[in-house]
Amino acid sequence: MESVEPKIYTVSSVNRYVKMVFEKDDFLSTINVMGEITNFKYHAASGHLYFTLKDENSNIKCIMFNKQAMYLKFKLTDGMKVIIGGSIKVFERDGTYQLYCNTIFPVGIGELYEKYEKLKKKLEVEGIFDESHKKKIPFLSKRVGVITSSTGAVIRDIINVSTRRFNKVNLIIYPAIVQGDSVAQTVISGIRTFNELNNVDVIVIARGGGSFEDLFGFNDESLAREIYASKIPIISAVGHETDFTICDFASDLRAPTPSAAAELIYPVYDDLIYKINQIRDNLENKVKRNLEKNKKYIEVLKAQKIEKKPYELINKYKLQIDLDLQKIEDKCKYKLEKNKNLYYNLNIKLDTLSPLKTLNRGYSVVENIDNKVIRSVNDVSPGDNINIRFIDGNISANVN
Amino acid sequence: MEEKFEDKLKKLEELVSSLDKEDLSLDESIEIFEKGIKLSKDCSKELENAEKKINILLSDENGNLKEEKFETNDE
Repeated sequence: MESVEPKIYTVSSVNRYVKMVFEKDDFLSTINVMGEITNFKYHAASGHLYFTLKDENSNIKCIMFNKQAMYLKFKLTDGMKVIIGGSIKVFERDGTYQLYCNTIFPVGIGELYEKYEKLKKKLEVEGIFDESHKKKIPFLSKRVGVITSSTGAVIRDIINVSTRRFNKVNLIIYPAIVQGDSVAQTVISGIRTFNELNNVDVIVIARGGGSFEDLFGFNDESLAREIYASKIPIISAVGHETDFTICDFASDLRAPTPSAAAELIYPVYDDLIYKINQIRDNLENKVKRNLEKNKKYIEVLKAQKIEKKPYELINKYKLQIDLDLQKIEDKCKYKLEKNKNLYYNLNIKLDTLSPLKTLNRGYSVVENIDNKVIRSVNDVSPGDNINIRFIDGNISANVN
Repeated sequence: MEEKFEDKLKKLEELVSSLDKEDLSLDESIEIFEKGIKLSKDCSKELENAEKKINILLSDENGNLKEEKFETNDE
């Protein structure tokens, strides 16, 4: 048989081939693997998680990209037993194969998860988490009740952050157990105590970060109902940003961390003082402006109406009075003239009709002794004395 | 119950903006101003008079609650 020259492949092409074979395999492309986490590394820059999954005999490298990792509801730690859903693929560069994780479920606390989800759904349907029920957190509380462990970093963080913002804080701590079976019981009695004493404006329930199991005490039905029933608004600051508990959902406000809760309950003191001063300045400026405006208005009034107008009026009335006087004078003059004429005409008429005029023309008037005019011959008898009046004198006569 | 700080602040801001009204008489604006100054002094006083107090609520052997000054012992 003819000997065949053996074919030579590059490393790259081999790895590419193996990668292709893996990808074609349905078994490897969707797989669930159970094991224990070791060598856990969180790559902060990318957010990817790197670890090794192992059992008694064997290891497999695992990677979870940040896109999936952000949906993880708990923290991965070495020694944790988990079930991983994902696919096994070849990393061509290194010629290794790894488990690419889509989902990770802790073994053992799977039951707890189910309990959590069930309770969450139940309370959600009941309206315990309803936004409409949530009470408003006071902008500045006179006193703040803090339900948390009296030891450890959490209370220290809250005191530090709040006093840094608002030096004269007024905190009253209700020491609570924040891990284990007594969590709900002590937190509930804290809420009850503050409600009975009615000595705070807001309650903060705080606990530092921890595993899902560590925080599980806060996933409690009666705690949720107690929070719902509280007359005092409640801020829940349990765990870190990524940890959600029933306590968070039931509370009036969720703070991502205890420090963040401290920022929510206390505004920055200097900011407040600044704001009040600013408002005061604003008030002053605005009133000053109003005063100026009014002053200007008065000036305008003065110029226009109060000073000018009266003189105008007086002049106007003066003129009217003069006109009226003239009118009266004219009327009087006219009347006088009219009467003068009348008198003249009457005089002429009187003159014409005067008996003296007739006498002047040569006539004479005969009167009896009583000076009555004798108009008829029948008015005299013989022997009567009569008087005859001429223009220039009288003569007496006797009737024959 | 005494008025809340934030309500006072809100009222103050309302007073300030009410000074912008066009048809405000001089008397009215001075009245608003006096009210505002009084309120702002109240607010400052409330802040200045606040006392720093960090206590812990403890119950004695009889179950009676008492307040004690809180000291962080693990610093």
